[in-house]
Amino acid sequence: MRPTRFKNPQAEDGQFQLRLIVAYCFMLLMFGILIARFVWLQVYQYEHFSTLAQNNRISLLPILPNRGLIMDRNGVILAQNYSAYTLELVPSKMPDMNATIAELAKLVNITPRDEKLFKKLLGESKDFESIPLKVKLSEEEAARVAANAWRYPGVEVKARLFRDYPYKELTSHVLGYIGRINQKDQERLDDEDKSTNYKGSNYIGKTGLEAVYEDDLHGQVGFEEVETDSGGRAIRSLRRTPPVNGNNLKLALDIRLQEVADKLFGNRRGALVAIDPTTGGVLAFLSKPGFDPNLFIDGIDSQSWAALNSDWQKPMINRALRGTYPPGSTFKPFMSMAALETHSIGMHDVRPAPAFFTLPGSSHQFRDSNKNGNGSANLAKAIQVSSDTFFYKLAWDMGIDKIAPTVGQFGLGRPTGIDLDGEASGVLPTKEWKAKRFARYKEEYRRWYPADVVSIGIGQGFNSYTPLQMANAVAILANEGVAYKPHLVQEVVEAKSGKSRLVEAKPDRTLPFKQENFAYVKTAMQSVMKPGGTAWRLGIGLPYTMAGKTGTAQVVAIKQGAKYNASALAEQYRDHSWFVAFAPVDKPRIAVAVIVENAGFGAAAAAPIARGLFDYYMTGKVPSSISGDMKTMPMDTADDAAATSD
Amino acid sequence: MTLQPHLIKRLWLTIKAPLDGPLMLFLGLIFALSLVVLYSANNQGLDKIDNKLIYTLLSLTIMWLLARSRPQSIMNFAPPIYGIGVVLLLAVHFKGVTVNGSTRWLELGITRIQPSEIMKIALPMMLAWFFQKYELSMRWWHYLVAAVMIAIPCALVLKQPDLGTTMLIAASGFFVLFFVGLPWKVILGGMVAAGACMPVVWNMLHDYQRRRVMTMIDPMEDPLGAGYHIIQSMIAIGSGGPWGKGWLNGTQTHLDYIPERTTDFIFAVYSEEFGLVGNIILVFLYTLVLSRAMLITAGAQTLYGRAMAGAITLSFFVYAFVNMGMVAGILPVVGVPLPFVSYGGTATVTLFVGMGMLMSIGNARR
Repeated sequence: MRPTRFKNPQAEDGQFQLRLIVAYCFMLLMFGILIARFVWLQVYQYEHFSTLAQNNRISLLPILPNRGLIMDRNGVILAQNYSAYTLELVPSKMPDMNATIAELAKLVNITPRDEKLFKKLLGESKDFESIPLKVKLSEEEAARVAANAWRYPGVEVKARLFRDYPYKELTSHVLGYIGRINQKDQERLDDEDKSTNYKGSNYIGKTGLEAVYEDDLHGQVGFEEVETDSGGRAIRSLRRTPPVNGNNLKLALDIRLQEVADKLFGNRRGALVAIDPTTGGVLAFLSKPGFDPNLFIDGIDSQSWAALNSDWQKPMINRALRGTYPPGSTFKPFMSMAALETHSIGMHDVRPAPAFFTLPGSSHQFRDSNKNGNGSANLAKAIQVSSDTFFYKLAWDMGIDKIAPTVGQFGLGRPTGIDLDGEASGVLPTKEWKAKRFARYKEEYRRWYPADVVSIGIGQGFNSYTPLQMANAVAILANEGVAYKPHLVQEVVEAKSGKSRLVEAKPDRTLPFKQENFAYVKTAMQSVMKPGGTAWRLGIGLPYTMAGKTGTAQVVAIKQGAKYNASALAEQYRDHSWFVAFAPVDKPRIAVAVIVENAGFGAAAAAPIARGLFDYYMTGKVPSSISGDMKTMPMDTADDAAATSD
Repeated sequence: MTLQPHLIKRLWLTIKAPLDGPLMLFLGLIFALSLVVLYSANNQGLDKIDNKLIYTLLSLTIMWLLARSRPQSIMNFAPPIYGIGVVLLLAVHFKGVTVNGSTRWLELGITRIQPSEIMKIALPMMLAWFFQKYELSMRWWHYLVAAVMIAIPCALVLKQPDLGTTMLIAASGFFVLFFVGLPWKVILGGMVAAGACMPVVWNMLHDYQRRRVMTMIDPMEDPLGAGYHIIQSMIAIGSGGPWGKGWLNGTQTHLDYIPERTTDFIFAVYSEEFGLVGNIILVFLYTLVLSRAMLITAGAQTLYGRAMAGAITLSFFVYAFVNMGMVAGILPVVGVPLPFVSYGGTATVTLFVGMGMLMSIGNARR
């Protein structure tokens, strides 16, 4: 290829040469500015900078903000800070660490647990970092170490802020806990460009609200610019930017209500979620058993960790948030809404409610809870007596395509979006779900059988939901379709100004269902608490109106023709006891879902808890049974017991 | 077989023939300075110097090969190199390695490459090739096509995100347009428009990028975070004074106050130890390199040669100016190495490739 000649060489050349000159002058000008800058820095500012660099080195000391408090709706403190002395070691400054620790052990009581924890932190930290050997020294211990510290280089007594959860187990699954910043946390902070704000910080929210609201709770680190001498000691403070303390969280939770719920549970396992239907605020959020979050703050020792992990009751699992259970008969009100909305049944249609339901062309008998059946019933009656055969037939008639979309509107089968991490989504079965769930199996497993819907109609089969989802669904039902996103935190309050930011003040959405259908189902649920209803005994002497639904979720399938016999089964295979309810019926102020694991019939275990909780919430009276024996609570055996027979 | 003196002499002449004498001299001086600084910045360790010598040797070989090629032969590679560069950038987008939230690298088994570096050379090459090809039939819309050629790699690199490199690539493209004769009114109009767009761009920036700009205006705004580097490097430069603290005597450097002191911030080390005098010497050396490069550009015979040589020269200037300006606290912190001084392989190779092309263009006029 030959070099191309220019069209008008002279004009083009002139143009090009001009541009070269412009570019060259521009470069010289810019370098000139640079030189001017150097002259300014190195001649005019020379003394200033060499003072900074040589005579006194300026250190920036981070000043930690106080972590925000967490309190309940009445201002009761659930998470607080307190100051205590810690004995800390800087490994890089110590000639012989083991000898020093041995010497220190003569001054303060260092337990093997302290030492183990120290070794663990030592492995995770850098040499020049200060690592706590013993936290929470007594005044006397602190004084003793301080008096002798000069003999041991690298030993310091520091006042530090600690987190404390006064309600321990009671709030563990709500608040979560904070813990020391580890390698992984540090990497995340670096990635999110937040590590500056954590200079000097030791702790970060690990789980629960402490983690979700970390940005609010932590606050802004402050710093002090100090002149230091050649030994690194601070001489005087030059400038101080105060830290901004973390924001306080005010929860919708009522800790006394939570405590009542906890007491009513006693030592049983399960979960309870109570929601204010008019705001979505979570009034009580309990997962039993809990654990003591205080154990985690300074790093949990391996013994306590192993104990928590190997406990067969799994106290670390947040059952309210992550436990998924078949809803049992508590599903029926939502089924009923679906039936009414899709015109699958009229409000006054009376249909048979026999002892057995048999599919066309099959001999399999789906039994009713009442072994004699309930004769015939309309929809309201079927809810009241919890007729299984009625709902088997109804579900069979409707098919899953009519049930799932309507029931799904109540938020069942998907995360509610509550302000906690790790929420389980549960399962609202559909044809697509089944095909996907069993995608790796044979076609006959993946296919949706018409009969699949039968047990779903009474809340068994494939469907399973978290207690939180159930409480949320009941709240939406109680509120006649106006749905709020459930949330634990009601307000974020700025520590300094006291200004607060409301969380979720507006309804999330409104369900497009008819008001009369809501009213119908609510009235039917109210009749559950009345004579003839499955929880009638719990309705005795109600000073307010209450609507509910019992449920029994089966853990193991009972063979055709066999009889469920709780006492013959190992405890962990016994049915779960469910109850969902709201009160008062007209203008509901509280909606609740309770599950007691392996406790049998809904009316027997879960419903009394809800009644006690409502009594306290509506009247302020602590149920007398709490201090006494739980067995004295009213019991009901006429519940939808045999819902377990499918 | 023993090497005969005349054989050595012939070998030397073969090697020397395509190289530009003055350019080699100035670069050699800068290179010698860089070894001296690196030794100090690396706490008198020789490991980095060894490495630097190895990749410098490699780069010199590439430069030599390019210098002895004809510009037209190199030019013909422009479209494929540009194409490969775009494909690699796309690959980064889909399969790149993410470090600190930015996806800039491709894992190639043995090594990692940063395709945006290729674009620093590939884009001006492509544009110069394009304008050379349509030189005799230039229409205004050719500038639009060129704008698209610039926009594609820029958008991909901006997405990584890497604002600094995006601006360098865009600048290298602009320089080509400037030398092929983009009308002055368009250039001035563009500047006004760019000024008017600032608020929009500001809103598009990532939080950390905004913070960097804010930090430049007032480093004390965030003295423990983004401002820390700048404050410490300004202290280093300022305390160097007119004459410097002397080689290996930089307290800021040796007390670990200077971050990335062998790479992007190496100038702070140099400036602390050699002072204003040292700075003026270095800027003067850069000016010599640029002056020589300008002369080569002025003598280029083809449109391709003029545009490419001009773009290489101005890009080289931008590197030097932006790096020193950033370390001296008058420009925001962007990851730009100090040419031929910073430690780092890819950037050095890119720079030597540019020098090789420049020499090739210089040789073509003889």
